[in-house]
Amino acid sequence: MSTPVIEARGLSKRYGPAIAVDALDLTVMKGEVFGLLGPNGAGKTTTILLLLGLTEPTEGSVKVLGRDPLREPLVVKSRVGYLPDAVGFYDHMSAWENLAYTARLAGLEQQDATRRIAAALERVRLPHVAQKRVSTFSRGMRQRLGIADLLVKGCELAILDEPTSGLDPQSTQELLELIGTLAREGMTIVLSSHLLSMVQSVCSRVALFHQGKVGLVGKVSELAGKVLGGSYVIELEAEGCDVPAVARTVEGVSQASRLSNGAVRVDARSDVRGALAAAIVAAGGELKRLSMDRSSLDEVYVRYFEQVDHAA
Amino acid sequence: MRREGSPFKGLSVVAFKEAADHMASPRMHLVMLLVILTAIGSIYGAIGQIKETVGQDPFLFLRLFTTARDPLPSFMAFLGFLLPLIGIALGFDAVNGEYSRRTMSRILSQPIYRDALLAGKFLGALMVIAICLVTLWLMISGMGILLLGLPPSGEEVLRSFAFLLTSLVYSGVWLAASMLFSTLFRAPATSALAALTLWLVLTLFWGMLAPLAAGAFVPIDPFDPSTAVHQAEIAHALARLSPSTLFGEVTLALLNPATRALGIIFYSQLQGAVMGAPLPFGQSAILIWPQLASLIAGMLVVYTIAYLSFQRQEIRA
Ligand SMILES: Nc1ncnc2c1ncn2[C@@H]1O[C@H](COP(=O)(O)OP(=O)(O)O)[C@@H](O)[C@H]1O
Ligand SMILES: [Mg+2]
Repeated sequence: MSTPVIEARGLSKRYGPAIAVDALDLTVMKGEVFGLLGPNGAGKTTTILLLLGLTEPTEGSVKVLGRDPLREPLVVKSRVGYLPDAVGFYDHMSAWENLAYTARLAGLEQQDATRRIAAALERVRLPHVAQKRVSTFSRGMRQRLGIADLLVKGCELAILDEPTSGLDPQSTQELLELIGTLAREGMTIVLSSHLLSMVQSVCSRVALFHQGKVGLVGKVSELAGKVLGGSYVIELEAEGCDVPAVARTVEGVSQASRLSNGAVRVDARSDVRGALAAAIVAAGGELKRLSMDRSSLDEVYVRYFEQVDHAA
Repeated sequence: MRREGSPFKGLSVVAFKEAADHMASPRMHLVMLLVILTAIGSIYGAIGQIKETVGQDPFLFLRLFTTARDPLPSFMAFLGFLLPLIGIALGFDAVNGEYSRRTMSRILSQPIYRDALLAGKFLGALMVIAICLVTLWLMISGMGILLLGLPPSGEEVLRSFAFLLTSLVYSGVWLAASMLFSTLFRAPATSALAALTLWLVLTLFWGMLAPLAAGAFVPIDPFDPSTAVHQAEIAHALARLSPSTLFGEVTLALLNPATRALGIIFYSQLQGAVMGAPLPFGQSAILIWPQLASLIAGMLVVYTIAYLSFQRQEIRA
């Protein structure tokens, strides 16, 4: 867990006067699932292109697996897999042929390739459509075929750009589970997204991007504390008592108000879920739901960008 | 900056994939259908004409290529017109097609250089054109043998193969040009249109424009005959900027062995020449060499420009 896989120092990319990536420092360790988070245009894709050596930095340096992707692109690219945003395949070729083509480009032996392709298609649950043309594939299937491409290559580091964008909830869930399994098997994964809720379940650490800069880096659970300044947001639904009034009596609660959907939102300085539940039951209420993790991280995210916009 | 690893890694993989794609593509089938139909038409016409008129001719087989029968032009003229079309059809979406399919960044994230991708696409298409030309040649010899009972002589085989090679280079020029447009324009429709426009200008209008332009640059002084020669020379030099002029000259010298010179000749230069006597192949080869070399150089220069513009592109799709 201790060798750095990606080390970027002062990495910058300018397009004329526009700054796409601004003096980025980033370290990703082996075995991590690292999330690049930020709204559209924040510089996530540009950062990924810089990591892969597909575009040259204006300033700064980057090392991927200990090597410079500009000086030794072939070595870096043979050990790093890339799943671009809205990945494309050759529509007139079958899934198998598409994978076989990249396997040949990656320099795999025929037999080895055949074995790996069969195994990879099995992994992403596409073996039944191996001989079908890719033009018949749905967005979710293409995305999984893209993962199969990485598996065939057997890369140590996988960089996925917006892997879940445009997918329905079920495909999203499947894809995230697949990514989780790959990570547990030892693949280091960097993925970008503009939706925090997408990545919070899989990422061990995230970096929040804003206008080319990384504002915050850390564990998802720590970000809440950093941004909200130790404030916790809890949502609860209960019947049989005046919930906001009861909640306000609990030690540590700073505010409680009823939301339009009937639930009650409680702002607290610490995790008071246990005390809240006890207070409501003691007041003769019937607790229906009590949750903290559900939307609080998206809150962190929104608050963070509100804060930097205010500061600017 | 020095880069490690061979720029040609993956070249043959790309080339064979591209060749296989082209062989299976409906676009290629359409173009080949067009070429084969015109070939059958013009060769059939030529055979009719030959049967009617020619008695003794040591190069009867070559006449198949050059004889025209109203209203059809000769096969040579047809090919001069259609070869660019083949090159354009195979190249106009070489680079921008990868962007619009969104496969470019996935392919370039494999351990290969961009060099291999572009060169592979170029060689793959050239391979397909070569296969088509050889097929065409076999078809024509077959027709000649069946309908005229006439096997080609050794010298004729040599000359017609040199003609095939020139045809390959000529369509290679157009292939390189259309690949250049495919790196310059993001939409395949735009690059196809640009290539077709250039094709029309250079194959149809250039021959008319060159004398006009020469007349504007060097007007003829009625009291000085050397200005007329000068103007003709300028017009000729301008015409040779078009690859179709060069191709026309090379094919003329190759398929018509009696051709002794290309361009303007003074009467004094013909002293001692036996008019109408064929040149041996070696002499014809020397005659066409400058033109052929210019075509090859043109192809390489255009390819290099395409290569440079592709190297500088950012891969974002
Ligand atoms: N080729 C380019 N020329 C000029 N500006 C660009 C170019 N590519 C990207 N940008 C700008 O760089 C910024 C970062 O873009 P990008 O990395 O694609 O963001 P993200 O992937 O986070 O949505 C954007 O503001 C975009 O407009
Ligand atoms: Mg992006």
